[in-house]
Amino acid sequence: MHGLLSMLIWLPVGAGLGVLLLGDRNILAGRWLALLASLATLALTVPLWAAFDAGSAVPQLTERLPWIPRFDAWYALGVDGISLPLIVLTAFMTVPVVIAAWTVIETRPAEYYAAFLIMEGLMIGVFSATDALLFYFFWEAMLIPMFLIIGIWGGPRRVYATIKFFLYTFLGSVFMLAALIYMYVKGGSYSIASLQTLPLSLVEQRWIFLALLLAFAVKVPMFPVHTWLPDAHVEAPTGGSVILAAIMLKMGGYGFLRFSLPIAPDASRELDLLVIALSLIAVIYIGFVALVQQDMKKLIAYSSIAHMGFVTLGAFVVYEIVRNTHSLRGAGLGLDGAMVQMISHGLISGALFLCVGVLYERIHSRQIADYGGVVNTMPVFASFMVLFALANTGLPGTSGFVGEFLVILASFNASFWYSALAAVTLVLGAAYTLWLVKRVIFGPVTSPRVAALDDLNGREFVVLSALALAVLVVGVWPAPLLKVMQPSIHHLVAQAIATKI
Amino acid sequence: MHEIVLTWSSVAAAVPEISLTAAICLILLVDVFAGERGRRVTPTLTLLALAVGAALTVRYGHVTERAPLFAGMYVADELGFVLKLAGFLLVAVALLYSRTYLENRSILRGEYYVLALTALLGIFVLVSAGSLLTVYLGVELLALSVYAMVAFDRDSGVSAESAMKYFVLGAIASGALLYGMSLIYGLTGTLDLAEIAARLRAPNTAGVILGLTFIVVAVAFKLGAVPFHMWLPDVYEGAPTSVTLFIGTAPKIAYFALALRLLAQGLAGTASEWVQMLAALAVLTLVVGNVVAIVQSNLKRMLAYSTIANVGFIVLGFVAGTPDGYAAALYYTLVYVLVALGSFGVILLSSAKGFEADLLDDYRGLHQRDPLLALAMMMLMFSTAGVPPFVGFWAKLRIFQVLWETNHLWLVVIAAGMSVVGAYYYLRVVKLMYFDEPPTALPAAQPAARPAAGVRLALGLNAAAVLLLGVLPGPLLDLCARLIH
Repeated sequence: MHGLLSMLIWLPVGAGLGVLLLGDRNILAGRWLALLASLATLALTVPLWAAFDAGSAVPQLTERLPWIPRFDAWYALGVDGISLPLIVLTAFMTVPVVIAAWTVIETRPAEYYAAFLIMEGLMIGVFSATDALLFYFFWEAMLIPMFLIIGIWGGPRRVYATIKFFLYTFLGSVFMLAALIYMYVKGGSYSIASLQTLPLSLVEQRWIFLALLLAFAVKVPMFPVHTWLPDAHVEAPTGGSVILAAIMLKMGGYGFLRFSLPIAPDASRELDLLVIALSLIAVIYIGFVALVQQDMKKLIAYSSIAHMGFVTLGAFVVYEIVRNTHSLRGAGLGLDGAMVQMISHGLISGALFLCVGVLYERIHSRQIADYGGVVNTMPVFASFMVLFALANTGLPGTSGFVGEFLVILASFNASFWYSALAAVTLVLGAAYTLWLVKRVIFGPVTSPRVAALDDLNGREFVVLSALALAVLVVGVWPAPLLKVMQPSIHHLVAQAIATKI
Repeated sequence: MHEIVLTWSSVAAAVPEISLTAAICLILLVDVFAGERGRRVTPTLTLLALAVGAALTVRYGHVTERAPLFAGMYVADELGFVLKLAGFLLVAVALLYSRTYLENRSILRGEYYVLALTALLGIFVLVSAGSLLTVYLGVELLALSVYAMVAFDRDSGVSAESAMKYFVLGAIASGALLYGMSLIYGLTGTLDLAEIAARLRAPNTAGVILGLTFIVVAVAFKLGAVPFHMWLPDVYEGAPTSVTLFIGTAPKIAYFALALRLLAQGLAGTASEWVQMLAALAVLTLVVGNVVAIVQSNLKRMLAYSTIANVGFIVLGFVAGTPDGYAAALYYTLVYVLVALGSFGVILLSSAKGFEADLLDDYRGLHQRDPLLALAMMMLMFSTAGVPPFVGFWAKLRIFQVLWETNHLWLVVIAAGMSVVGAYYYLRVVKLMYFDEPPTALPAAQPAARPAAGVRLALGLNAAAVLLLGVLPGPLLDLCARLIH
């Protein structure tokens, strides 16, 4: 179907503007419009998945219109095996956000829905742009709705958190822009495909790699530029946390796969230890940090950083695997793991933030100490929470297992120590997640407020069931996902280990 | 010497100046005779005159080929044509935004409108200057009109102080300009800019460089580049907001033309020298403008430092020293002016009788009081910060691009870093409007007159243009490139 990607981008944006125009007075209509639009967007991903030829690595369903002829910049869209799952994830995760806000958001609801719908369109734009300038356009534009979401509907320290979030991301992005322009001046095109084949000397690659690393490391976020994330998550409203954790962090990982590895392969090979070291620090050190958190959202935020460490680890172990085993297949395993980890973490962290949202809505506290024995009053909720917590620890049968397993397996081929250190997360992740569950869900009822809790309502049940189902499907049967990614991952490995000098 | 023959075809290109001069005389007379009624007649008549002038310019003044007129004193080219149309538009919109403000402060007088028109005439003369003499005439006509406008609110001590500062410092700058010009004239023997360009060839003598230095100082002063920026925050803060709006918009176009005509065209032979001077100025300007803006509590003053920071970017376009660089600087100037028009417009529309709305704190919770105004301001602030999808992003992108083309790695790094610093104080305005609660005690003053719906519509269009040009930046980019090449 032609124009499918454009529809995926502009349908939510248009609906968002529509909700904005309806205003707070017609919020009932606005809510339904938002829900229908997000469902329609999700529905559009079905023909997208169907039309996608999983046997090919070239961008498909391409659209190409002249945008700025002077810069040879095009409104060029396309999907491959790397962007397709992320687009589906984006469309999938926006629906729960819209539903979860139904009765919760009371101040300026129209703007709330509008911000999320517009952001959905822009995020899909980021994943489907095949022109670097268009990519950057969406990448930056997306900051504005998120800035407003945290700032308007956030917690007490929302202003600090949102400005920190914006400036951190902006700082990284500006240097990425400088690098993109440099390559444009050199090669005369902003098309991502031509940037990937642009010959660059090692010195140039190093600088470009570092500029891109700054942008993507902030977004992922990697140690030591991760400090904005716990603040942003804690202060953001539930929907903001969900989108932030489920989609926005993935853009950093996507950037590494789409830009860093193919554009600067020699520099990536040279500096891979840097990224691997930072990833392992994220996995272990941040894991310990998560252990001592008193705030549920903060704990999940730190857990996100640790889990995203697997993504960057899986992406950058390819060089040592190829060096040690000369096996492209083995290298592909690491990237497979990185991709699955992104999807899985998107589902699980989103679900966990929704769970915290469910509790917060009832008790208005995120402090672990305020809870205890929730299972006694909310048994259904407790089952979901335990499921997602176990998925977060990487229990086999859930999506969390597949990604971590693939990455650890792949890093064995790189070095025993990488996988040994990465495997620490199995212990740490279990420790902080299960301890959280123990303190919040199990045990005797600790306070009258917990005793007065109502279990999930229908709306919440539907949302959490859908997510639980997705977590289990990806965990039990990841084959379709892996199959769709296969050719693109192979192509990426070839690009990453080729030399440009 | 050329023989000057006045035929219609030879003066047709000067139709903007001619129509404007006629309008000035007419409005001055009408205002005198209309007396009290003039308060209603003059503003309308001025807008009408600007519209007629623009229409005549489009009909008769369109030039595609560069042609010297009046013995080379005046250059008609498409750049001038477009900049003059922009001048008509900017002044018309600026006056439209200002009317209620002036009325509320009882300074709605005919002279204000006449001064605005003479300033515009100065802008036109400067834009089309073909000789050092015309340049100076344009600079002075513009400057003198503006000094008077700053002091227009006679009862305000702050305005008078600002006007005095502006006048004294401006006089020094004019002196520097004149001195530099006299040196160049003495060494080349001609006032004609094209002739000067032909006669100056590298390597340049110390005398030429001395003359150049004075000219660069004057240009830097007019633009507001550090360390010649001292007047700018004081004048922006002290002048009535309507005048700040005026100073912040149309004259910027003129000073861009000043830099282009003098440095890039007339003194092209000394490019290797002034590029270095401007590079140092640009770095200082970016750093001081952005860093000092952070600590301001007055919005007008903050926007003044933001102007300085933006001037740094415009100067960077000249530092590239290529036609592409000048085109980038032109684009940046036009974009900046469009955004400044809107930002000061928001201040004007937020103000009321006895309430200047010039403190940052006055914007707390604006979103709840006036959502549309807040939305417009947010778009303008994100645009100046350089965030897509707004047009300010492309202006910055274009500057980065020409800097890379000319291999100025460090300037790219500094400009990129300073954009992030700049983002902070623009975000702070958004934060005040959207995240903070409105003050419980609103200023008691009731507006004596409220801006007409048309004025709000104009501001909305202004903000919409910032978005539209941001989504489809191609045509304006192409236009700027065509005008320079």
